[in-house]
Amino acid sequence: MTTAVVIGVGNEYRRDDGIGPALVAALEDRWLPAVKLIGSDGEPARLIDDWAGVPLAIVVDAVLCDPSTPGEFYRTEVPLDHPGAAPSAPTEPPGAGAHPHSAGSHSLGIPDALRLGQAVERLPGRLVVYAVEAADVSFGTEFSAPVAAALPRLVDAVLTELKSARTVAR
Amino acid sequence: MSHRARQLKVSSLARVEGEGALRVTVRDGVVERADLQIYEPPRFFEALLRGRGYTEPPDITARICGICPVAYQTSACNAIEDACGVRIDGPIRELRRLLYCGEWISSHALHIYLLHAPDFLGYPDAIALAADHREIVERGLLLKKAGNAILELVGGRAIHPVNVRVGGFYAAPGRARLDHLAGQLRPALDAAIETVRWVAGFGFPDLETDHELLAVHDPAGYAIEGGTTVRRSAGPDFEVDAFSNHVVEEQVPYSTALHAALDGGRYLTGPLARYTLNHDQLSPLALGLAADAGLGSECRNPFRSIVVRAIETVYAVEEALRLIASYQPPEPSYVVVPARDGVGHGLSEAPRGLLYHRYEIGADGLIRSATIVPPTAQNQAAIEEDLRRTVAANLHLGDEPLTGLCERTIRNYDPCISCSTHFLELTVERS
Repeated sequence: MTTAVVIGVGNEYRRDDGIGPALVAALEDRWLPAVKLIGSDGEPARLIDDWAGVPLAIVVDAVLCDPSTPGEFYRTEVPLDHPGAAPSAPTEPPGAGAHPHSAGSHSLGIPDALRLGQAVERLPGRLVVYAVEAADVSFGTEFSAPVAAALPRLVDAVLTELKSARTVAR
Repeated sequence: MSHRARQLKVSSLARVEGEGALRVTVRDGVVERADLQIYEPPRFFEALLRGRGYTEPPDITARICGICPVAYQTSACNAIEDACGVRIDGPIRELRRLLYCGEWISSHALHIYLLHAPDFLGYPDAIALAADHREIVERGLLLKKAGNAILELVGGRAIHPVNVRVGGFYAAPGRARLDHLAGQLRPALDAAIETVRWVAGFGFPDLETDHELLAVHDPAGYAIEGGTTVRRSAGPDFEVDAFSNHVVEEQVPYSTALHAALDGGRYLTGPLARYTLNHDQLSPLALGLAADAGLGSECRNPFRSIVVRAIETVYAVEEALRLIASYQPPEPSYVVVPARDGVGHGLSEAPRGLLYHRYEIGADGLIRSATIVPPTAQNQAAIEEDLRRTVAANLHLGDEPLTGLCERTIRNYDPCISCSTHFLELTVERS
């Protein structure tokens, strides 16, 4: 039974944007029974399929910030409105700034996935987002130095998160 | 990738692979220019491919797009096999078509339900639509999932499939697994039929374009994974290897995407072109639904592209079921394609239009040159012309409603600029 899913969102050919897939690749070398590892382009319909009904979903994505501290990462547990539950406080998930009329060709993202998942009741039990500050999203496969340095810490953080979730489950 | 301000106030969460903007210049009440500015990665892939092994393009070019990777893989395979003098037919070709059907279903469902339909129903996005009409959006998600299921089974995974190789597939799925897939597709066919009936009831602005139309043609059936000729609306068919004689790309100063012209003229590829040029090869069910939806022998209203996509989704689900019903796993699952010195041309019909690949390969198996002409680059001139007309007809509107109208105009074409581009920053210079 899948108890957790780790979804690495990003494009591995866009340097630091590949941090999510790199995290997933790093975890593939670990023994993580009952944890599903998925590389993702972040497309909402796929995201809500990937995390629907799973007790814990951890989504890792890169973000561009201004001012910037590349390599810093932030953990947010996103409040979820499950059917029958009291509505959560209107806390914004990371990156949930409204773009109510996204006109991009396919430019939907994690907040869209979250809102869509809520609308059609395809949410995980818990949703934790790790947002990693990127420095360089130009073409290429090499991370910037601060993001490369952050990867081991990110792996440790996600492993601790998974371990903690298992402990709680017991 | 996300954009985020330090204060967690995010301008946009969409992943950044490019920028798109529209710059309109109006002088004395006349639209002088409507430049669609695009920053598009595929040009760099052509350089990246030089010197790589001839078996690598299906995997490398799949990375150009997360929505239509099978199109890139298929056009690449077609071109390399052509260069090496190998033609794929029989069960391997049918498995390739099945995989491509998966992409059509998934991509069309994504565009119809999550991107395009809200425009017609007065919703800002699909999430707001889902809040009021959950069952409708769930139908779209069911369809998309069915397409993804094909991609996962035949392609190995839904994004950037890993099972495609020059000459066929690394492994062919067994009969039993396809039977299971058919079980998932049957309800998807009902959903696809309902989708046609649903979108046929939308209100469509009255706009008829006069772009020349261009689509792959295959006498054996509605062209998806390849064909023998290229069909056009204002001229005779031409051979696949003559594509670059007719379609010429040129650089424009305001965009990193090349503009393509067909014998010097503006043209359009994609659902409207496919339907108009090849609709008599659709299935009886799809043709009947098209007639019920009010489509005649041609469709030149870009707003009705959503109806054509819905018809094509029905056809793709039917095709997938037909291919599964007659499926016998090919053994081996690929044809050996030895490298040879040569030039190859490959076409296929990506969900949003014709996709051309050309490779020049050395006897050493290394790629000497690569050319990739994606559908969105081909459609740019047509999109700009539509925008010019739209702006000219609506100059009385303020910038915000005009921007919304321009966005709708662009979305008709389901542009795949780099799969996730920030649209639309509109600049109107009025003097």
